[in-house]
Formats: sequence, structure tokens, C-alpha cells
Amino acid sequence: MSTNSKGNGNGSKTIQLTRKDFVSDQEVRWCPGCGDYSILAQVQKVMPELGIPRENIVFVSGIGCSSRFPYYMNTYGFHGIHGRAPAIATGIKASRPELSVWVITGDGDALSIGGNHLLHALRRNLDIKIIMFNNRIYGLTKGQYSPTSEFGKKTKSTPMGSIDTPLNPLCVALASEASFVARSVDIDTKHLSYVIERAAHHKGAAFVEVFQNCNIFNDGAFRDIVERDVRDERTVVLEHGKPLVFGKNRDKGIRLNGLHLEVVTLGNGISESDLLVHDEMAPESNLAYMLARMEYPEYPVPMGVLRSVERPTYEYLLEDQIRVAVSKSGKGDLEKLINSGDTWTIS
Amino acid sequence: MEMETLDLVEQPLQHHIEDVETVTIRFAGDSGDGMQLTGTQFTNTTAIVGNDISTLPDFPAEIRAPAGSLPGVSGFQINFSSRDIRTPGDEPNVLVAMNPAALKVNLIDLEPGGTIIANTDAFTPQNLQKAGYKTNPLEDGSLSGYRVFKLPITTLNLSALKEVNLPHKQLERCKNFFALGLMYWLYDRPMEPTLKWINDKFGRMPEVAKANSLALRAGYAYGENGEVFTTHYRVRKAAIEPGKYRNITGNEATALGFIAASQLAGRPLFYGSYPITPASDILHELSQHKNFGVKTFQAEDEIAAVSAAIGAAFAGCLGLTGTSGPGLALKSEAIGLAVMTELPIVIADIQRGGPSTGLPTKTEQADLLQAMFGRNSECPVAIVAPATPADCFYMAIEAFRIATKYMVPVIYLSDGYLANGAEPWKLPSIDELPKFEVKFRTDPEGFYPYLRDPETLARPWAIPGTPGLEHRIGGLEKQDITGNVSYDPENHMRMVQLRAEKIARIANDIPDLKVFGKPYGKLLVIGWGSTCGSITSAVEYMQSKGASVSSVHLRHLNPFPKNLGEIISGFDKVLIPELNLGQLALLIRARYLMDAISFPKVKGKPFKISEIINKIEQIIED
Repeated sequence: MSTNSKGNGNGSKTIQLTRKDFVSDQEVRWCPGCGDYSILAQVQKVMPELGIPRENIVFVSGIGCSSRFPYYMNTYGFHGIHGRAPAIATGIKASRPELSVWVITGDGDALSIGGNHLLHALRRNLDIKIIMFNNRIYGLTKGQYSPTSEFGKKTKSTPMGSIDTPLNPLCVALASEASFVARSVDIDTKHLSYVIERAAHHKGAAFVEVFQNCNIFNDGAFRDIVERDVRDERTVVLEHGKPLVFGKNRDKGIRLNGLHLEVVTLGNGISESDLLVHDEMAPESNLAYMLARMEYPEYPVPMGVLRSVERPTYEYLLEDQIRVAVSKSGKGDLEKLINSGDTWTIS
Repeated sequence: MEMETLDLVEQPLQHHIEDVETVTIRFAGDSGDGMQLTGTQFTNTTAIVGNDISTLPDFPAEIRAPAGSLPGVSGFQINFSSRDIRTPGDEPNVLVAMNPAALKVNLIDLEPGGTIIANTDAFTPQNLQKAGYKTNPLEDGSLSGYRVFKLPITTLNLSALKEVNLPHKQLERCKNFFALGLMYWLYDRPMEPTLKWINDKFGRMPEVAKANSLALRAGYAYGENGEVFTTHYRVRKAAIEPGKYRNITGNEATALGFIAASQLAGRPLFYGSYPITPASDILHELSQHKNFGVKTFQAEDEIAAVSAAIGAAFAGCLGLTGTSGPGLALKSEAIGLAVMTELPIVIADIQRGGPSTGLPTKTEQADLLQAMFGRNSECPVAIVAPATPADCFYMAIEAFRIATKYMVPVIYLSDGYLANGAEPWKLPSIDELPKFEVKFRTDPEGFYPYLRDPETLARPWAIPGTPGLEHRIGGLEKQDITGNVSYDPENHMRMVQLRAEKIARIANDIPDLKVFGKPYGKLLVIGWGSTCGSITSAVEYMQSKGASVSSVHLRHLNPFPKNLGEIISGFDKVLIPELNLGQLALLIRARYLMDAISFPKVKGKPFKISEIINKIEQIIED
């Protein structure tokens, strides 16, 4: 075990940690070239900036390639069972609200076997950060289609093509009443660290989808969208309070036409003032949902924070009920409890 | 609230009063007739007058099956006595049948020559047809083997409530209290406790309070003044150990026991659960005691419930989950995770009839092997089982004592019969309760997540928030001591053996079994869980007849108490009655290489004392 002395001991919480403090002594065992390395690096980079003592941070995961993540973080870590990370994290956060709790999961872990836990953790609004690595494939089991694989996808288990309609993770999160929903991509490290930091600072359940390349079983899953040469044309970066403009020459935008979004070219009477202005704090999630539905090639793919709204966290409400109960009935007295109800004495 | 023990008031006898030792009454009616409430009131009053009591409700799985139908019948049985009793009684002496369906469902259990009090108003052609009667059993002579009292309870009740200003339907609903009043007179019980309860409960609705009080008094007066009953009965005070008592169900005692464990350990209780019969009352009870710092979490499913409990245990709380058999099946994989990560959680399984959805409201003990083996690979857990409703309190504490001392998951096996059954509980003082100290690792020096205590083999409980102990655990096999992931073959074998040894060593820390009767003889009866009352009563009866029979009752199922093998060797034969097809018998045979005689019953009902007596007689005669 590595027990780096920095940040340990009495009153040393003020010591500025560095990225290296969050690197564990375990050898990273993802395939060379895997997108997971980049995500790990960004998380390790963001962590010291949050100013949270290392001992107060817990990473929880399920099963899958991404779920090895906690072993590589020099914090407290819990590598759980398939799909159950949000439930384990719920127990940790609900019982110890002062801890910073992170869930690392994948598209199969979060949306297939663990779909139920994901949606309930989000609707309850526990202050946990869920980072879902989406590579649209089952990697650890060597290449079966996942709940985000495209219709018709040929894999080891679908030699004639998948006949399942894929889930859109952002739509699932929004429908689950998530208070923070965002998307980024493994290869855009600057944007990725920005989104991770935003999630970390959000008070409530944060869901972040990260497009992640599996170079072994689904190489290039997002190549047509996120590679440097095409991304300006095929993605739109969301910024709060700003119109939705994209394109290499910043000459295209998204306009709301009735109940639909449409791609327009600026000029010829269309200006930025005609475009949809992004409002991540909109109380209703309808527009965020419409943005989440934008998929390539019909639309540019949205990147960034789709939704960020505040509402009381589950652990706060849970502790608040305890405070109310104590102020109403006094702190629990075991003797009194045992002797409550109708009692009688035999002499 | 404290109620003074009431002395039986000697009244001028207008009717003949007869002393009886033990009486069993079953109240039965439609699930909307208020039979559970009637039974509970009769129970509380009976406890206050100083009888020993034991009760069992029997209600349908349907919330409101069609009125008057057989599946809609709800019953409540109470056994009360001037001597020590341990079960709700084999056969009711008295059946109060509020409609034909209640008569039909319950008649089979009534003792030959027993008493039937029937509400004739409900024996309409329509209700008779719903219950499947071609002719009215009250008129056709088919009940000639019983003493039948035919009373128009609905009519009598309504005429007593003429002055009450409430809708007709609401007045009619008070008929259960008329029946209760009549039974109070018949068994010489005071009305005051119930009158007080009515006033406490309906104080804000004076007309409702008035209606119920009048109905109760009218029922009592009907017995006293009417000419229907020539005799009423007295059951004298039992010689009960002095002390302060309350009546308690198994589920209430379970919840209080877990709160007590949390207080004794000085760690907050976290209860993750998904609603399931017959365990839900534990969730209801715990959620009422948030001022003890109890956190209840109604999870999205059974798996989330146990996973959250595991998370809470990792974070340093007492992680608890509760369920019944189908839920235990769903939790299996997560329990394996708790075994692998060596975290102290308790899984309370309130067993019910199975397999699959089975008989949700009926009792069974058929999850023992599921608790022992129902997980992938070599995955031992500790198992405890309470023996009576009040014992649930102590075994709930015991479950957490073992879990935290040994860093293991513990399965707590109660069942529907204990959960809903009730008995008087002699209230303990706090300093009588077992102490157990929970220690967290804080020193980073020499810390390894899987470095074990040499005696208990427990690994350190190192919780987040402790500087210098940052570490990672999970479901992958652990390297001995370091806790790092390891696929090494020798290490795996060692870890499998260590996890087994850890459970085995708990045997050093649990009390020796006490034999009920002589420590040697012809026959030893071994029981576990809720069969304690029936077995002990049957063995006591046979001992009084001079039979060479003793019994032991297991409250620790894994590991077994250390002296069990030695006790067994003192007897020629072993009999194991269980509410399953012989699960404990299988374990005992395997462990002690002896031919235990299995006595199974899987009918959704507890053992009658007489069934066990007959079996013992049969074996002894062989």
C-alpha cells in the first residue's frame, strides 16, 4: 500500500496536493492506447484543485474496464459489483455526507445491468459525481454490443447486426431528473478537465458522459465526430448564456423552429440573435432534452454542460429529518424506547 | 405508558363462573371487519390482568379480497393462561365467526366440542353462497359437534348505537367492538384498558369514540344481562417472573434490537430495504426512530438495499438490510461482495412460504440452506436465528456484535410467525445488555487492509476520512495482508480457507447450548428459530409423562455452538422438527455423521404442540 505522507496526519489538510498525490502504487492495466488513460489523467489533475483532503475522497465503481479506475487513485476506493456502484455510493454518501463520493462506470455497467440504480441515484440527487465512460461496446468481456451500440452494429454477439435501439445516456439522465448533466470526450483533455471540475463543484448528483475510444473492440467509435479535423463542424460546444454557434468558421448555428431544432447557416438574414441561447439553469429540462437528442450526422453533437440546476440533496434532507426528529422528541434514549408502549408490572 | 396490573374484580355472580387454566380464542371475519384490532385489544387487556399470553395473527395476502369471500378471511388467535405458555395454542376453544367464510376457513382448526359464536346477520344467502355453503350451517345440523351461539351481532350493535350521530356504515363497523365486549364478559376481563384506548385514539372524533365505547359496553352488557350464556370463565393470574413487561411482536423486537445495537456500538444505524412481506414492518418501525440517528433508505430494489448497506458499512456505520426469501435471493451477489471485502453488515431475512413468491403472509423456515450456501463459490457467512418474538431483540444485537467483531456479514433468520406473533417481554435494563466496542483503525503505521487480528482473524475497519489509510477494496480476490488484487493460486486457496476459518472461530465466542431436560437419554429434539415454543412445550409434556426426552434449541446456525456434538452423543436418537423438508437435519447429518430423524412440516403454519408430541411418542415406542 502506498501511504504517501502528504496530506496526512494532524492538521495537514491545508497542504497543497499535486496530481502525483492522487496516483496510487498500482500498475495501470488498461490496453495501450485506451481512452481511459486520458480520463484518469484529467481526474488526477482536477483533484488537487478541489482542495478536498485525500482521505475524504472515495471512488466507487462497478464492473468493466472503466471500473478498475479506483485502484489507480490514491484515495479511498471501492471496486463493487456489476451495475451497483451508484447504490454502494448512495450508502456511503447518505451515511457520511462530508465525504466526496465519485462513481466511475461504463455504458454497460450504468445503463444495462445497473440502469435502475443510475436513475434512482440521479432522481434522489445525492451529491455524488457519476462519470460514465461510453465506448459503445463491452470491452472486458471482449466485444459484445452495449446499450449504446448503434442499431445494426455487428459485434461478436450480433454477427448479423444489433436489433436493439440504443439508449441516449444524456436523455436517460435528464429523464431521471438529474440536476447536472454534461458530456465530454477523452481526447479533448482541456474540455474534459473543465467538465469534471464543473461536476465536482455542482452540489447534487452530477452525470457526465465521456465519449471514450476502445481501440481494441470498437476503435474509432466517435472518430467521425470528435477527431480534430472534423470536430468543429460536427460538435457544438455549449456555453451558458451564449448562442449555439459551431463550425470551423463559426458560421453555423442551432435555431429553435416551433418544437424542433434546426441547423442554420449564419448570414443571408440569419444572425446570432436568431439562434437558441443555451440556458443550463432552465428550470424545465425540455430544451436540454432536445439538445441531448441532437446526433450526428443530422446535427452537431452537443458537448459541455446541458443542465445544472440546484435542489436539496438527498443526504441533506435525510439528516434534516433526523434534526427535526431530535428537536421534536429529543435525542434517542434507549431506556425510554424499550419502556415505551403499554407496559405492566408483575410484582 | 405504564398501566397498573388490574386485580380481577369479584362481582356478585349472576351467572355461574368457572375457573379454567388455559383458553385459546380465534377471532375471524372479513379483512375489513377489524379482527386484528379486536385481537390486539383482547391481548393487551389479557396481559394487564396478569395472564401469560401468546398470539398469532393470520391475515390474507390480498389487502381487501371481495367481501365475504374465503380468501378475504382475516383471523387473530390468542392463547392465554394461568400457567407458563409458549405458543398461540394448537386448537382454538372458541371461534368468533363474523361471517360464513370465516366459519368455513377456521372450523377445521376448532377443537371438537369447541364453542362457536356466529354473527347470524352475516349468514345471508349471498354470503353463504360466497363461502360455498349450499345450506346454512347454523341451521342444517352440521355443527352438532360444537356449542353454537347464534347472535345477530350486527343488529344488536346497531340498536345499541341508535343515539350516535354517524352514518349507518360507520356504526355497522363498530360490531367488532360489540363482539370484543361480549368476549370480555365471557372471560371476565375489564373493559377499562380498551375504553382508555378508544379515548386516546378517537379523542378528536367524539362521535366515533362514543360509538366504539357504546358498542363495547353493549357487548359486555349483552353477556351479563342476556340469557344466552349461562356460564362465564375466569383465568387466574399466571405465576410470571416479577418485572416490567410489554407485549411485543417479533418485528418490533427486531427493530428495537437493531437500534439497541447501534446505541451499544456507538455507531449510527443505516437500514436499506425494499418493501416486502413480512419484513416491511421493520422498515416502518425503524423509520419512526430517526431521533436515534437511524437512517432508513427505501431503496429502488433489493440489490440496491444491500449494496447501500455495504457502502454504509465501508463508511463506518452499522449497515443493515432486511428482506424475505425472494429478496435474499436477489441480494446473493452483494452478500458475496461483503464476504470478499470483509465488511460487517447484517441481512435480516424474515422468512415466508416459498419458493418464488410462494405464500407471502404465511410462515416457513426454508431459507436456512439459502442462507448457508446461496451464493457463488465458497462464501461463508454467520447465521443467527431468534427463538421467540421477544428473543428477536437480543438476537438482533447478537448479529451486529458478531458482524463488527469478526468483520463478516451475518444473516439473521426470523420468520412470519415470529414477525407477527407476540408475547410478553420482560423489559431488560440497559446495563444487562451485552456490551460491544467498535474500534476503527486510525494508525497508518504498519497498516494493511487485510492484516488480521490473530484471534478473530478480523481485518481492520479503516474508514474513509482517516488520513493515511487510503486504500482500495473490492470484489476481486485479495492478496493476503496487502489486500491488493491477486490471481495467485496459492493465495486464493489461503484466502478461501481464511474466510472459512474466520466464521468457524465465532464458535469460540458463543454460549454453550443448554439442554432442556437431562443431558443424556433416548431422544434429543433439536430445533431452531420459531419452533422453540412448540418443541419445548411438547418435550415438557413428554417429560412429565416420564419419557426419556430432552431438547436443545439453536440460535446460532453457523457456526454451531461448540458443545452441540457432545450433547448429541448423549442420546440414542435425534429428532429435528422444522418448517421445511429437513434443512437443519441435512446440516446436522453432514456435520456430525449421525442419522437425525427429520420431522418436516411445510404448510405455511407453525407446529402444533400435539404434532410434536405424537411424533415423539411414535419414535419412543419404536
